[in-house]
Amino acid sequence: MDHSNKFMNPYLAGVLLGFVLLVTIYVTGRGLGASGAMKSVAVSAVQKAAPEHFEETAYYQNYAADHPDGPMKSWLVFEMLGVLVGAFLSGALAGRLGLKLEKGPGVQNTTRIIGAILGGFLFGFGSQLGRGCTSGSALSGMAVMSFGGIMTMLAIFGGAYAFAWFFRKLWIKG
Amino acid sequence: MAPLIPDIIAPEYNYLIALIVGIGFGFALEQAGFSSTRKLVGLFYGYDFTVLRVFFTAGITAMTGVLILSHLELLNTDIIFVNPTFLPSALTGGVIMGLGFVIGGFCPGTSACAAAIGKLDGWAFILGATLGIFSFGEFYPLLKDFYLMDAQGPVLIYEKLGINRISFALIMTFIALFAFFATGIIEDKVNKRPVSLLGGNPKNKVLAAAIPVLLVLLVMVTPSRKEFVMSKLEAKAASGECKPDLIDADKLAFELTNNYYKYNVIDVRSPEEYEKFHIATAINIPLDDLHSTAYRQLLNQRIRTNVFYGASTQQAKQACLIARYHGNQTSLALEQTATQFQETFYGEITISDDPSKQEKTVANFRQKAAEKMTEIEENLASREKPVKKKMTRVQGGCS
Repeated sequence: MDHSNKFMNPYLAGVLLGFVLLVTIYVTGRGLGASGAMKSVAVSAVQKAAPEHFEETAYYQNYAADHPDGPMKSWLVFEMLGVLVGAFLSGALAGRLGLKLEKGPGVQNTTRIIGAILGGFLFGFGSQLGRGCTSGSALSGMAVMSFGGIMTMLAIFGGAYAFAWFFRKLWIKG
Repeated sequence: MAPLIPDIIAPEYNYLIALIVGIGFGFALEQAGFSSTRKLVGLFYGYDFTVLRVFFTAGITAMTGVLILSHLELLNTDIIFVNPTFLPSALTGGVIMGLGFVIGGFCPGTSACAAAIGKLDGWAFILGATLGIFSFGEFYPLLKDFYLMDAQGPVLIYEKLGINRISFALIMTFIALFAFFATGIIEDKVNKRPVSLLGGNPKNKVLAAAIPVLLVLLVMVTPSRKEFVMSKLEAKAASGECKPDLIDADKLAFELTNNYYKYNVIDVRSPEEYEKFHIATAINIPLDDLHSTAYRQLLNQRIRTNVFYGASTQQAKQACLIARYHGNQTSLALEQTATQFQETFYGEITISDDPSKQEKTVANFRQKAAEKMTEIEENLASREKPVKKKMTRVQGGCS
């Protein structure tokens, strides 16, 4: 049997993930997140590359006001560093490490990379508009029964199903 | 009461905790198979519903956990972060994210997991996401009005639906179980496998499904900790085993005018009622809050005797019993209500035409006591009030 297929039972992994989220809420009072760390990267890149523009733009200034110690000194940046470490450990234990490009059958490498960048772009943009992504808004929102979080969750998955047919060639044969 | 930060664990540790929970988060996601883009999008083409299973199970686990912790009064759900609702931007943003999901094959968290184990498409997605966030920042002035439209604050879904919290948790659990069941069938069909409804070990599956339902039902039928304590106290009081000691209004006034510093007078009515009138030197702790650990020290001062009073004698007695329950044995309850006290001392003192000597003495005493109590209250106006702990909501979310 192929090593890379040995994923954890999904329900067990779900309970594990749920407990991680529960502990996070119990200890810190907030949920998990992901896109926020990428926002920190984006904001600090702007700050480094174009300090004047950074000073002038309201959106970055709002962010700077919330993060007085600099954009990288944010809870989610540390959490995402942890995610990288945790995922690496898990991958190492399961023998899934290695430079790879995963794609649908018959899809070219460049198509996949462009798709990933474009999809990432949309996801990043949408996560800002929707105030959080699948982790921060949908999953954590569901745990605390936030109306906005659950609506975002429905929109993400509803949207994905609505568009899936148009992009089927990227993922499945035929 | 949790959240542990900032009162029990210092906020300085928050980043360390972020790192630790992040490791758990990343480990769980990767173990679930979320580092594989084909596994993720399988959800949208019906060949692999792992994402739904993991996601829903995690959501239900955490939701039930929050419910149980708050039921046991171990977690204060009033101050944990609840994502604010801005419906237009949430729905539009969600649909855009959905589009990004089917094109890019990841969401931000899963792309990081993929990147961590060396998947190049994961890194490409992160790059794209960072650029997308950057472009939102650049277009923010144009989007601002839409972004801030229809601010509803941290609304909870069960409030919106007009049902209680536990019913919603139960409904959500049933939806999840139904989804697991239905998607199992779809998955088998799409992959052209024979449909096996309860394949594997049916007994275990039913048992696993019953656990969350039972936990939620347990929360539903058991009383909360506060209710439990109160019912226990009332039973004790009814059986005469634990009788609160009473103090009479005149006696209290006498004690206050002579040695007020030996007494800790506590008004257990609402802050509004307290504002309108309160007995001299009294502080205000509404009956519902009396259980709070924040007041434990205040109620257990060795040199001061607690005197509780409320809108009814019953209220004062209850407060007295709560204080006893938390270890204070000397608490007293005022026999009269707050209104009666006010009338006795500050209302019109009527004396019959031919007053007896005793009547005169009482009237005289009450008049003097009222003056004195007003004076004491004025002098103490600037004294320390019980520390109103400012509970602010935790900041969270993806911003």
